[in-house]
Amino acid sequence: MSRTLHKDVAIIGGGLVGSSAALALRRMGFSVVLLDKGYCGAQASGVNYGGVRRQGRPPEQIALSQRAHAIWPRLKEVIGIDGEFVRSGHLKIARTEAEMASLEAYAARVADLGLGLELVGHNQLRERFPWIAGNIVGASLCQGDGHANPRLVSAAFALAARRAGADVLEHTPVSHVEKVPEGFHLSTGPGIEIKAQFVINSAGAWADSFAEAFGEPVPLSRIYPSMIVTEPVSVFMSANIGAEGGGIYARQVDRGNCIVGGMRGEPNTDLDFSRPTGSGAVTIMNRAAALFPALRNSYAIRFWSGTEGEMADRNPVIGFSRTTPNLIHAFGFSGAGFQIAPGVGEVLAELVRDGASRTPIEAFAIDRFSRKDQGSPAGSTPEPQERDISK
Amino acid sequence: MSNAVRPLIVGAGPAGIRAAQALVEAGLKPIVVDEAASGGGQIYRQRLAPDKRTPRDLYGSEASKATALHETFARIRDKIEYFPQTLVWNVRGTSADVAIDGRTRRLDFSHLILATGATDRIVPFHGWTIPGVFTLGGAQIALKSQGCAIGEQVVFLGSGPLLYLVAWQYVKAGARVAAVLDTAPFSAKLNLLRGLPSQPGVVLRGMRYVAELMARGIPVHFGVEPDRIEGEARVEGIVWRERGKERRLACDAVGYGFALRSETQLADLAGCRFVFDERDRAWRPERDMAGRTSVSGVYIAGDGAGIAGADAAELAGERASLALLEDAGYAVNRERVAVLERGLAGIQRFRDILEIAFPFPDKWAASVADDVLLCRCEEISVGQARAAMREQEVRELNRLKALTRVGMGRCQGRICACAAAEILADVHGQPLEAAGRLRAQPPIKPIPLGIAADGEAA
Repeated sequence: MSRTLHKDVAIIGGGLVGSSAALALRRMGFSVVLLDKGYCGAQASGVNYGGVRRQGRPPEQIALSQRAHAIWPRLKEVIGIDGEFVRSGHLKIARTEAEMASLEAYAARVADLGLGLELVGHNQLRERFPWIAGNIVGASLCQGDGHANPRLVSAAFALAARRAGADVLEHTPVSHVEKVPEGFHLSTGPGIEIKAQFVINSAGAWADSFAEAFGEPVPLSRIYPSMIVTEPVSVFMSANIGAEGGGIYARQVDRGNCIVGGMRGEPNTDLDFSRPTGSGAVTIMNRAAALFPALRNSYAIRFWSGTEGEMADRNPVIGFSRTTPNLIHAFGFSGAGFQIAPGVGEVLAELVRDGASRTPIEAFAIDRFSRKDQGSPAGSTPEPQERDISK
Repeated sequence: MSNAVRPLIVGAGPAGIRAAQALVEAGLKPIVVDEAASGGGQIYRQRLAPDKRTPRDLYGSEASKATALHETFARIRDKIEYFPQTLVWNVRGTSADVAIDGRTRRLDFSHLILATGATDRIVPFHGWTIPGVFTLGGAQIALKSQGCAIGEQVVFLGSGPLLYLVAWQYVKAGARVAAVLDTAPFSAKLNLLRGLPSQPGVVLRGMRYVAELMARGIPVHFGVEPDRIEGEARVEGIVWRERGKERRLACDAVGYGFALRSETQLADLAGCRFVFDERDRAWRPERDMAGRTSVSGVYIAGDGAGIAGADAAELAGERASLALLEDAGYAVNRERVAVLERGLAGIQRFRDILEIAFPFPDKWAASVADDVLLCRCEEISVGQARAAMREQEVRELNRLKALTRVGMGRCQGRICACAAAEILADVHGQPLEAAGRLRAQPPIKPIPLGIAADGEAA
C-alpha cells in the first residue's frame, strides 16, 4: 500500500497528549493526522495510575495544571464519557515531622496559585480519614483533585479526535521524518507518506529519537512505574492517597478495586513492554496492607507496569523546536502527565494556530538542557515515587 | 554436573510425575511444585480424606493407570524436593515466585518443565452463573476429591469426552443424572469408528459409557442448543432447543463444558513464543515433538502444551525430561525416545478424530444474546463487549480488556477469554487467531496482600 496524505498537522504519538492535541486542532479547523506505532493510549497514557492531581507539582506547572483542571469535569461533553473521573480530593500524608514540614513549606510556596490546600493534623486525620493506619503525623489535602480511569480516557480522546475528523492511524510507526521546503515529510511503516505543515512530537518515551533527528538531543530516560490492583472490596478510601517522600500511592474505584503503586518495574525483552518485578509488587502489597487495615485480608489480582519518559529535571518538554520551524515538542512528563495532558493538548493547538500559548510554558523549553544555566527551574521538588506515569 | 542442574517441574499430574520420575532415574533431584495437596493432577486427583472408595470406584477403567502413577510418585517422593499446595505465581528468567502457606519465596532453577495442565473450556449462556452450575471438571473434582455430587438431579451438558465420562462416573457413584445434553449431533460420533484401529480401547470405553447411561434409562440428547438455565438462588431447570423445538427439564445442578483449554500463563511469563492451534481453537506455546519451547531450558508437557489427554501427558512428561537431560549433556536412551514419540504421534492423530466427534458449538458466538454475562469477574455482558468491538473497532483481546475490562478480574481471562475470542471472530468475520491472546500478568492467580516475603522475589 502506498499513498500520500496532505495535512496541516502530523502528530507523532497517540497518547493522551497527542490525542487531545488532535481533538483541539480539529475543533479549530486544522486537518490532522494522528500516528501511533501501536494502539492509541496503549502505553503510559493508558496504563498509568490514574491520579488527577495538581498538588505536589512544581509551581511552574501549576498554570498548565489549572487549565487542565477545568477540563476534567467537562470530559463528558469533550470526549463523550466521564472517564470515571471523581473529584475525591488528593490527600498527601506525612509519616514523619520532617515530611510534614515539607508539606507545610510546599503549601506556603503555592499559596497564591489557587490549589486550596488544607493542612490536616494528626487528630483531625484520625477523625476524617479513620481508614488510614494510625501512625501518620499529618497530611495536606487538595479537595479539588481526584482520579480517573486512564484506559478509558486516553482511548476516548483518540476516538473523539477521529470522530471530529482527524485521520487516526494506529499500528503506523513513523520510520522517517524530515524538514522539506514546503513543510515536513513523514514516512511510515505501512508505506503511507505524509506531507504536513506542522509536526508535533508527542511520542512519550520514544520522543527522544525524533528530537535528536532534528538536532535536539535530550536527557530522557525510561522509567517503569508498577502498580497492583486488589480484588473489589467495600468502598472505604474516600480520597486519592499520596505520600510525601514517596513509597506508596493509592486510590479506590467505584467498583471497589484498589490500585496501589510506589515501585518500579523493568523492561521486557520486547522493549515496548515492561513488567513489574515480583519483589517490587510484594513490597507494594505489604505497604498497602500496613497503611490500610481494610485491605489486610484482601487479595492482589494483577500487577502491571508501563513505559514512561522521564527528563533529568522531571519537568516535561513543551514548546517549539529551537532548530526547526513548525516543529513542536511535548513529551517527557516524567510520571506526572495524566492530569495536565488535556491542558497540554489545548496549548499545542494554540501554538499551531497563534505561534504562542496563553498559558506560560517557558519553563519547559527544550533548549533548557543546552543552555549554560541548565538545571531545573527554581522551586521544583523531585518526587519520583509519588508520581504516576503518563505522558 | 548434577549440582548445576536443578530442574523445576510445575504441576504434579500425569506429565509432571512422569517428568520427575525420568529425572530421578537419571540421578537428578528435581523440585516439584503443585497446587494440589497430593499428586495425580485433575484426572487422577486423590481423595482429600480416606474413605471406602476403591481406585476402581474413583477412576473406573483408568484405575490401574491412576494407581501406577500414584505409586510412582510415592516411590520418588524422597528423591525430589516436593512443594504441595504451592502456587507458582510468577516466572522470570531462571527463578519462580511461589506462594506457600501465606509466604512467598523465590525458587531458582536451571531448567523449567511446565506441566500446568488444563481447565474446562466454557462458553456463557443465560443462567451460567446461577449457584448449582459447575464445569464438568468441577463436578468431577467434587466427586473424586470429596465424594459428593453437585446436586440431586444433575444435568450434564456440552461437548467433549469428559461429558460422558463424568456422567458415567456420577451414575456409578449412585448420583441421579437427569439427562446428558450433547451439543453435537449424533452423526458426529460416528467419526469415532475411524479411531477404532488406532485407539480401540479409548473408543470402546467411550461407547460403553454411552451404552450404560442409556441402559439405565438416562436420556441422552444430541444436537442440543442450550438456551438458558433457570432459577434464582439455585438452579431449577434447563431449557434448550432440539430440532427446532424448545424443551425443558427440571434439575438442581448443571455440569457443563466444551472440552478443555490449556493453562499457559507461566509459559507466557517465561517468554515462550506462542502459535495458534486450529484444533484447540487457541494460542498455545510453540514446542517441538520433545516439548522444547522457544526459550532455551524451558520445556512443556501435558495438556498445558495443547490438549491431548492423560495418556499423552504421561508420555510427554517423560519425553520432556529426556530432552532436558540430553540438553544438559546426559546420555539418553534413543529407543525409549522413539517409543515415546511414536506413542505421542498416534495420540495426536486420534485427537483429530476426537475433535470431529466432539465439535465446539461454532454457532454459539453468533447466537448468544447481548444480555448474557460474558466476563463474570468484572460483570461485562456480551452486548457491552460487542458494542466496543463495533463502535471502537476492537479486534484483539488485549484491547478489548483495556476498553471493557473483559478478562481483567480475578480469573485474568482464564474463564472468559475463549468465549471473548469467539465473539471477536464472529463480529468481525475474522479468523479466530486474529483475536490474539491475553498477555499474562503476574500473579497468575490472586495472592494475599499481606503475604510475607521469605526471600527475594523474582
